[in-house]
Amino acid sequence: MKRRDVLKLLLAAPAVGFTWTEAEALQAGTAAQTVRAAATAKPFVPKFFTASEFRLMRTLADIIIPKDERSGSASDAGVPEFMDFMMADQPERQVAMRGGLAWLDVECQRRFDKLFLACAAAERTAVLDDIAWPAKARPELAHGVAFFNSFRDLTASGFWTTRMGIDDLQYLGNRSVARWNGCPDAALKKLGVSY
Amino acid sequence: MPGFGVMGGIHRYGAGGGGYGKQLKDDYRRFYGSTVNFAGRGEMVPNEASFCEIDPAVVDRWGIPVLRFHFKWSDHEHNQMKHMQETFRAIIHEMGGTPITPMPSRESGYGILPGGRIIHELGVTRMGNDPSRSVLNRHCQAHDVKNVFVTDGGPFVSQADKNPTWTILALAMRTGEYITEQWKAGGL
Repeated sequence: MKRRDVLKLLLAAPAVGFTWTEAEALQAGTAAQTVRAAATAKPFVPKFFTASEFRLMRTLADIIIPKDERSGSASDAGVPEFMDFMMADQPERQVAMRGGLAWLDVECQRRFDKLFLACAAAERTAVLDDIAWPAKARPELAHGVAFFNSFRDLTASGFWTTRMGIDDLQYLGNRSVARWNGCPDAALKKLGVSY
Repeated sequence: MPGFGVMGGIHRYGAGGGGYGKQLKDDYRRFYGSTVNFAGRGEMVPNEASFCEIDPAVVDRWGIPVLRFHFKWSDHEHNQMKHMQETFRAIIHEMGGTPITPMPSRESGYGILPGGRIIHELGVTRMGNDPSRSVLNRHCQAHDVKNVFVTDGGPFVSQADKNPTWTILALAMRTGEYITEQWKAGGL
């Protein structure tokens, strides 16, 4: 985030001390989102992935964590951009990532004479089903299994640590509240206590 | 709060065993917050196979021979590890949980890390009454050279279970008092 965006964020906050009304808190949150959206409106250019690797990686991440009734998909949460960042941040992951994506394409070519992205849904599923459950996977697919385990873990790290993922998990800690009301009534009732 | 590595290794969790898509997403929701981690710390008992010496062949960039290290875990550490692993697993069972990782084998040292991975290395210039088996005396003073004192982790005769800084400071303070007394008495 650029310095002037941070300043805009700070200016968006009401200047009347630390007690925010709920409306003010909401307003500040919305302003922050608007600034963030503007900052990320430019098309993303990956630093590690080639354009075709990026498409394959994004598709695979969305197959692993798809959109459903409770939250969006991996790419809705920014997982592909996160993956690209992680390849720069932890370069020791690069060979396994690049090689794993290539393994997937080679396996699809071997079976269907097509790259993964050109495969029909049923063909993709056939390959993924063989590597997505390690305990059931055939030993000769060990490289695919290792890649998929690692890719799934990284997708999860990227997805569940976003606001979208945190909201989906209903994690309620570490956020500001406009007014502190103590222990929620529902929790007191469940425990059968009061104060 | 979900952080990097959250629910890593989901394929080892419960019945799901991995997968992808809606089923996997629901597994993440089901298992989030349902795990606990244990990490064990123990005391390494010194053994004769762990020591350093002047390397007979290698010199550094100034032509000075370097140290080379020999290191070995003994049954004392492996038995501590076994006991920790069994205790952790018993606690998990008592809580109604299921250990996610299998009990490591004796061959794998019951999961012990390589020496030096947890960086509280101590000793080498150990203290002792017998000059043939120690470098320093009880005052962290070299047996061979009376005006040489070592006040870091070197005088330790064993590797403490916990972080050693406070003990290092206490020993350094004790050594400092000894140096003052000796200097005043003209003994140094």
